[in-house]
Amino acid sequence: MLKNRIIPCLDVKNGRVVKGINFIELKDAGDPVEQAKVYSDSGADEICFLDITASNENRETIYEVVKKTSKNCFVPLTVGGGVRSIEDINKLLNCGADKVSINTAAVQNHNLIKEAAKRFGSQCIVVAIDAKKTDENKWSVYTHGGRERTDIDAIEYAKISESNGAGEILLTSMDKDGTQSGYDIQLTSKITKAINIPVIASGGVGTLDHLKDGIVKGGASAVLAASIFHFGTFSIKEAKEYLKSKNVSVRV
Amino acid sequence: MNVTIVDYKSGNISSVINSFQAVAQNNININVTEDLNQIKSSDKIVLPGQGSFKSCVDALNSISGLVDTLKDFALVNKKPLLGICVGLQMFADVGYEEAETKGLGWIPGKVSKIDNKNGKYKLPHIGWNEIEFMKNSKIYNGIENKSHMYFVHSYEFIPEDKSVISATVDYSTRVVCSIEKENLFGTQFHPEKSDKLGLQIIKNFINL
Repeated sequence: MLKNRIIPCLDVKNGRVVKGINFIELKDAGDPVEQAKVYSDSGADEICFLDITASNENRETIYEVVKKTSKNCFVPLTVGGGVRSIEDINKLLNCGADKVSINTAAVQNHNLIKEAAKRFGSQCIVVAIDAKKTDENKWSVYTHGGRERTDIDAIEYAKISESNGAGEILLTSMDKDGTQSGYDIQLTSKITKAINIPVIASGGVGTLDHLKDGIVKGGASAVLAASIFHFGTFSIKEAKEYLKSKNVSVRV
Repeated sequence: MNVTIVDYKSGNISSVINSFQAVAQNNININVTEDLNQIKSSDKIVLPGQGSFKSCVDALNSISGLVDTLKDFALVNKKPLLGICVGLQMFADVGYEEAETKGLGWIPGKVSKIDNKNGKYKLPHIGWNEIEFMKNSKIYNGIENKSHMYFVHSYEFIPEDKSVISATVDYSTRVVCSIEKENLFGTQFHPEKSDKLGLQIIKNFINL
């Protein structure tokens, strides 16, 4: 039976982890390579890097990070943040990323996903959707790290992304992100029902029950979390043991 | 010993390279090349494959002499060859992804889309799933039955002769996830991304 995936996400800025886990045994808590290793050793099913480097001149740093991480990390590595072109995707894959997640550029240019899926295969193309509730039963897609609103309906956009060749959707609720009050279950459930590709739920995890809800109520194939793992509130192992005790199938 | 990962310019093979380099001992060289002479003189070949069946077959065919060289290596000289994901699928006679496409024809069978029971199962089949052994396979030395491996695919290899199947995985139906036929090995899952157990499989192949 296919297991539900637990994916810790690391925010990387200028080649350094921000808000990283602060284990005593880590020599360098800001080193993404070490952090990824800790996560994969503790049972993470995948690792996600979100590059939040703001300035263009420092954008090259993510490639070095991915290169080093992939030499030591033998679970899938997804990298996103600031991916704009086929060339960006190509570079990340060549550095050892297994999947690339694309957000703003996919909204601006639907051909990018089509071309990327054709060239690299759907298996490595993840469309990241930042959505915010803008009306009753209506969620709009946001771009530029959640700063800009579009008129695009998130559910329709998920369907379009699927038909363009995305292999997965990484769905983040802008309303829930950072609140630790749980995923937007209504939104997650609507999208998982609307499409046939796997959905990774993101944004809002504060407790282990939230992870369970994302899978059981939201229908997500994978659940992504940052803070609860970063701050050591829970370990990956604890999360998996909890889910298992609630009859949610996970790899342990 | 020389282990060659065939770089036929299709898909992303960085993870395959990293994993083989991580487990290779001092006396083992991991080469990454499309050079026919280097492939011929290798002791073992790894044939990775990402993207569609058609794009991988097209890419193999676009390198003059490569298919014949691989065939000599695998079928005439019978030296160990490991196909990963689409690399395994290409052993078949024919594949139906994108368009009907002729495969290498090394193991009779076809590659068709996983039956997702009218959308009941998501495709691609992405994530960790338990493999179930159908027979002993040398690449599973030290691996327990029902171990988790990492999958990402929408198509499956259906061989005519079921005795080549070394393991299956449960996803809507029993999907073939590895084969062993004499010197030919193949995994539908990605050992290079299947954590320590995946590395063990790679080690087993190198140590054959």
